[in-house]
Amino acid sequence: MSRTLRGRRVADAPHAPTERPRADREYPKSRWSMPSRGKILFAAFTSLLTSAIALPAVSSALYPPEAYKGNTGDGAGQIGGDLLSLVNEVNYLWLILGAALVFFMQVGFLGLEVGFSRGKNVGAGIAKIFVNIAIAAIVWWAVGYGIAFGSDAHRIIGGGDWFYSLDFTEPGKPDSSGFAFFFFQFTFAAVSLAIVWGSTLERIKFIVYPIFAIIFIAIIYPLVAHAGWSGAGIFGGDHGLTIGDAAGALDYAGSGVVHLTGATAALAAALLLGPRKGKYGPDGKPRAIPGHSMPIFGIGVIVLWLGWFGFNGTSSLNTDGGFFAHVIAVTNLGAAAGVIGAGLAIYVLTRKFDVGMLGNGAIAGLVAITAPAGYVEMWAAPIIGFVAGLIVVFGVIGIDKLGIDDPVGATSAHGLAGIWGSLSIGLFLSPDLAKYNALGGNPDGGLFTGGGIDQLLVQACVVLITFAWVFGASFLVFFLLKKTIGIRVSEEKEIAGLDISEHGMYGYPEQFIPEAELVGYAPATPPKEVTAS
Amino acid sequence: MKLVVAYIRHEAFEPIRGELLNLGFPSLSITEVKGSGRQKGVTERYRGADITNYLRPKVKLETVVDDGDVQTIVDTILKHARTGAVGDGKVFLIPVEESYRIRTGESGSDTLQAHTPDELAS
Repeated sequence: MSRTLRGRRVADAPHAPTERPRADREYPKSRWSMPSRGKILFAAFTSLLTSAIALPAVSSALYPPEAYKGNTGDGAGQIGGDLLSLVNEVNYLWLILGAALVFFMQVGFLGLEVGFSRGKNVGAGIAKIFVNIAIAAIVWWAVGYGIAFGSDAHRIIGGGDWFYSLDFTEPGKPDSSGFAFFFFQFTFAAVSLAIVWGSTLERIKFIVYPIFAIIFIAIIYPLVAHAGWSGAGIFGGDHGLTIGDAAGALDYAGSGVVHLTGATAALAAALLLGPRKGKYGPDGKPRAIPGHSMPIFGIGVIVLWLGWFGFNGTSSLNTDGGFFAHVIAVTNLGAAAGVIGAGLAIYVLTRKFDVGMLGNGAIAGLVAITAPAGYVEMWAAPIIGFVAGLIVVFGVIGIDKLGIDDPVGATSAHGLAGIWGSLSIGLFLSPDLAKYNALGGNPDGGLFTGGGIDQLLVQACVVLITFAWVFGASFLVFFLLKKTIGIRVSEEKEIAGLDISEHGMYGYPEQFIPEAELVGYAPATPPKEVTAS
Repeated sequence: MKLVVAYIRHEAFEPIRGELLNLGFPSLSITEVKGSGRQKGVTERYRGADITNYLRPKVKLETVVDDGDVQTIVDTILKHARTGAVGDGKVFLIPVEESYRIRTGESGSDTLQAHTPDELAS
């Protein structure tokens, strides 16, 4: 009466009675069945045995008897000796775990940029990510780390620790305590560099990537990182810029140091490159050049969201009191509110829930909450993220109208939201958290949290200085490159796509090469070439 | 009535389309095609090995117009599709016997293009 099609039963003819499910019919059995008693006993035995071996080992590692010898008995809560070193090692572990999460953000940038590129330019984006990480790793080790965090620090520039390596001051006992911080900060530099290229897609010459990357990682980014985070620089720390009661310039994980820096260089590059062919119509109005894959873009956004838990959370640099968990929770609220803010804004403007804008909203929320993550309480995070979501929508549309072609919205999502994030500390700084973080000065909170305008003014100054330095330096480098080797591919190559013209093969070959010509069908010896007459 | 078939470069399509719209010829179809002619194939290197691609991507543009309009269409295509380099493409004219508009059942050359302002707007 019936036959099977693709595993489903279908009726032979319209008049043939079809089988209907009946109430008394047996439901299909679940694939999972109760394990046998033997299996249960075996599992119980193995887990007992494992814990019997592991527990004493773990507990003696956590609380080695010698550890208490270091305790002078002055009071509970004091730690010393081996236990102190264990605390340090847990901190290093947390830093390296965070570094791994931040490193994984490169996948996020890859997804964002490739997803928003046309199919003929995807391979170029992949090649760029590889080269960027490679150059960032080597230049950061050789020069960048020294300038940013070198031990021989001056106010404007750090020094020493070139070609960072083990310290053998005590014979036979190499001091590796700085490596967790060194590696964690490398991943931040690589993120800042990745942000630069979002605005340059689909038209930049590949050779510009490595050249600018060397300069950016060697000097442009390290100077900002030194100012913000070395403790000796002009933004943060004891000698930092301050006004009135403000706690000096604050940037917990880098809305300004990392994101504004990357986005400012991206703006300089976009201005000198000019828009992609076809981005602006004959009437001068911006036109959409849709990317080739929303799913890849979406994966990129979620990977960035995940990586950000390391970006912000691990910027606590230690595990004291589990404060990093609060930072991660704050970060998550910021991102969530960013999606909602961007979704509402774009719906009001266009009556559509634009997929790309929702994703940009998440990124903007994350960027904005990066600077205040450790300095504001939970309630402020959704406000900061929501405003960032609004900013990114108006920013993308506005920057488009200005004639600056930014295919992924890097200048809005990282630049404008980065500025907002830096300023938001001046509005929402929690006095209690300022005390907890042992900030200098006499911080009495942000503008909306009982304090005055001092903190906001300091944050604004830092944004201006960062922008001025990075924009000036990046513009100069790109300008010199433009005048010497050129930074943009020829029109012919742009039309053909960067994959085929700069890398020799499409990212999706089957989409562009007829199947008849692919390997296996093509003649082994090519026919005599027809020459142009 | 003639069917104009033009094989052109991708970047030539937009200016041609724009001018045909202005001249009052909105009805056309395009197909992404791959073909070969006098233009050379491209040899690319992929992971160190060669692959040669003789079939180059082109846009095939088709429109059916009244005999009196043929020259206008052809001139527009020639004007915008010509770069002077090998690979600009070709234009062919093919006679067409009859044309019907499905919506109304009308036939004849009136059905070929949207001529009235109302039709152009819709």
